[in-house]
Amino acid sequence: MSSGHHVPSIGMCVRVWLALLVLTGFTIFIASQDLGMLNTPVALLVACTKATLVIVFFMGVKWNTPLTKTVAVSGFVWLLILFFMGMNDYLTRGWLGVAGR
Amino acid sequence: MSNSTNPVSAAKPHPKLQSHFFSMDQQLEASTLGMWVFLVTEVMFFGGLFMAYIVYRNMYPHAWVEASAELNWKLGGLNTGVLICSSITMALAVRAAMMGNRKQQLINIAITSILGATFLVVKFFEYKAKFEHHLVPGPHFDPSLEQGMQIFFSLYFVMTGIHALHMVIGLGIMAYIFIQAWKGTYDAEYFAPVEVSGLYWHFVDIVWIFLFPLLYLLGAHGA
Repeated sequence: MSSGHHVPSIGMCVRVWLALLVLTGFTIFIASQDLGMLNTPVALLVACTKATLVIVFFMGVKWNTPLTKTVAVSGFVWLLILFFMGMNDYLTRGWLGVAGR
Repeated sequence: MSNSTNPVSAAKPHPKLQSHFFSMDQQLEASTLGMWVFLVTEVMFFGGLFMAYIVYRNMYPHAWVEASAELNWKLGGLNTGVLICSSITMALAVRAAMMGNRKQQLINIAITSILGATFLVVKFFEYKAKFEHHLVPGPHFDPSLEQGMQIFFSLYFVMTGIHALHMVIGLGIMAYIFIQAWKGTYDAEYFAPVEVSGLYWHFVDIVWIFLFPLLYLLGAHGA
């Protein structure tokens, strides 16, 4: 450890692994329940939680430099911009009458 | 060329230190950063497909539920578990590499590869069933399927197919770092290739974490 890398502990890896398995079981269980409009938001919330666990601990972003953290987060920010602007277009297309359509 | 003002260069540099880097730490940071830049492009690549998914699911919400019910969520769930298990062994392989433990590194890379191959075998049987049920876009596509369901299956095959292609590439990377680890290329100072391969592997796992509930679980509550 002369170079000061953070070596993740086995205990931490196992805890993250168990959390991911439990959340997978939870997402399957919750899909069998009819929550109406809430099914997809709950499934996405669980998936985002799992992805965050993988990124922060397994991919070790927690111990990376601020520059790497910024780049890692930026990808997901741009993804949200894509979804926001994309749906901003598709969901509002019927709002105005367009000549010739 | 000895420079007494620089305490780092006083020691003999690591043989794997490239001349344009100041230290092994800086070299590792550059590799990690570069890999993350690549992963951002991958996020945007898969993001386009997820965008298409959102648009068409919004157009055909009912067909989406019906088509999703055709998928085998048990096999999808099994594969989710397989990938999560391969992620912890990948994390342990990187950990072993950081500590310069060649044996643990080889064992964990091997288990990761076996789990990755298991995923592809399960995927093969899923695809096979879809071919038999005429749910694959092409000349034998079931013409009685409504348009929304056809679009769902097209997206299903593109998204899971490209994901599976990433898995195949990942297995190639695993084979490469296994051979290099076998030769003893990596040590506690030089493990960037293992670290970067791990980032790729975990990213492919994350894509599946989103694909599983969005493709397989929509019809599970019998709506």
